[in-house]
Amino acid sequence: MTNMLLQYLTVLLLAIFVGIEVISKVPSILHTPLMSGSNAIHGVILVGSMIVLGHADGSLQVVLGTLAVFLATLNVVGGFTVTDRMLGMFKTKPADRKKDEEVAS
Amino acid sequence: MSRGTILELVYLFAALTFILALKGLSNPKRARSGNFIAMVGMAAAVIATFFQPNLHHVLPMVIAMVVGAVIGIPTSRFVKMTAMPQLVAIFNGVGGGAAALVSITEFIRINPEKPATYVVLEVLLGVLIGTVSFSGSAIAYLKLQEIMTGRPITYPGQQVINALLGIGAIALIVIALVTSSTTVMWIMLAVAFIIGIAVVLPIGGADVPVLISLLNSLTGLAVAASGFTLDNNMLIIAGTLVGASGLLLTQMMCKAMGRSLPNILFSAFGGGGATGGAASGDQRPVKSASPEDIGVMLAYASRVAIIPGYGLAVAQAQHTIRELADELEAKGIDVFYAIHPVAGRMPGHMNVLLAEANVPYEKLLEMDEANPQLSQCDVALVVGANDTVNPAAREPGSPISGMPIINADDAGQVVFLKRSMRPGFAGIENELLYNEKTTLVFGDAKETLTKMVAAVAAS
Repeated sequence: MTNMLLQYLTVLLLAIFVGIEVISKVPSILHTPLMSGSNAIHGVILVGSMIVLGHADGSLQVVLGTLAVFLATLNVVGGFTVTDRMLGMFKTKPADRKKDEEVAS
Repeated sequence: MSRGTILELVYLFAALTFILALKGLSNPKRARSGNFIAMVGMAAAVIATFFQPNLHHVLPMVIAMVVGAVIGIPTSRFVKMTAMPQLVAIFNGVGGGAAALVSITEFIRINPEKPATYVVLEVLLGVLIGTVSFSGSAIAYLKLQEIMTGRPITYPGQQVINALLGIGAIALIVIALVTSSTTVMWIMLAVAFIIGIAVVLPIGGADVPVLISLLNSLTGLAVAASGFTLDNNMLIIAGTLVGASGLLLTQMMCKAMGRSLPNILFSAFGGGGATGGAASGDQRPVKSASPEDIGVMLAYASRVAIIPGYGLAVAQAQHTIRELADELEAKGIDVFYAIHPVAGRMPGHMNVLLAEANVPYEKLLEMDEANPQLSQCDVALVVGANDTVNPAAREPGSPISGMPIINADDAGQVVFLKRSMRPGFAGIENELLYNEKTTLVFGDAKETLTKMVAAVAAS
């Protein structure tokens, strides 16, 4: 056991509590954006993939690292785009609705 | 300040933006800007990583990123909202795959240096969890995309085989720890891949929302594990946030279905038909009416609750139901939507589908909010839902016993729009269909609703 490991465990524990605290306040109406938003956040593995590829030694490691960067990029850009698109739909829109009614009548 | 310190600070900033993004989701008004903040944080972290000391292979790195972006952005821009669960499953799977690859590469790199046992353990856990998430998400995608049947796939001895696979994986981790053999790591990778498939196969279509949020959580944990390996606090924080949120969401979904997680994972329930009690062969009379009759009935109501289910989305009738609600509101009738937590294919899916159809979110009431109001409604209009309003859930002895339901039967009249008398996902007969205040309208939901809109407008 090193001090570093202990420090990481501390971070882990605190993050668990922050996570639970923050998430329990999300209303069920936003559960789908929550899923895709947290999906985008775990795309941060892109940084891990870059580090691994950047320090790769030998062709096998380079191939695996490049593949990791590719997959992680898909995860990040896809996750954020979808979440943004979804959240853009949650609007009060009184103005839009009036317009719709005018068209309908 | 050294370059390393600046890098660490940027990562800390990114981790903070992720927390803020999740916090923003507590309110629909702030949610979008929260997501944007996380995007900025992510971009900062990625750009900063290019300035890591001794970073090689930048060319393949940039090419992989460009290719990923070129594929990822259009796909997520143009996918239909009904196909959202599949897409989330894919992105989740690739994230898990990336985490596994990071751990594998790291294992190959550090193994000759005879690292400390706990380092090897972290790496192996990353490989195991990431791979399970990858192959599990792939099967979930195939199920949701209906390339594969949505019914539970079972075979004799399934639970024994799954248990053996689990024990095998743990045994392999122990062996790899003792021998630090790369070969054992590859075998464990294969076993983890099979575990992901084996666990997801017996899960039925109705339980997929729970599954997706569980897989999401797994990918988060795999990312946290690689954070330990790579000495990166940001990865630990981000991964743990996702892991914790996924577990919490999974738990909420289980509660909403009145079942425990082991029950969902291991009971092969929820594919329809197979487990139904006294389902078929019931020939009792039901009351049915034309869409026009119901349109007139709605036009003379003063308060209407709409209870949508996934059938509404299948019929692509979200926009038509909103037109109906608009038409009713123009007549001064109060309309709201009562949303069951597991309506749709992923947590909160129905809300997104209705939001896409421009239904203002104030009109979308959660089950707990909606239920007390249903007794003041003249009509409960159930569109493409069944199990979520089935009163059998209140009685013991039914497979859905204990599942919280929307109390449609509290309303003055209940109208079901249904394609047929076929029971829902759970395969259980719905007594409410035979209730004397219930009227059924058979047919495609979209056509029926279009006729109802015309009838309301005319009356």
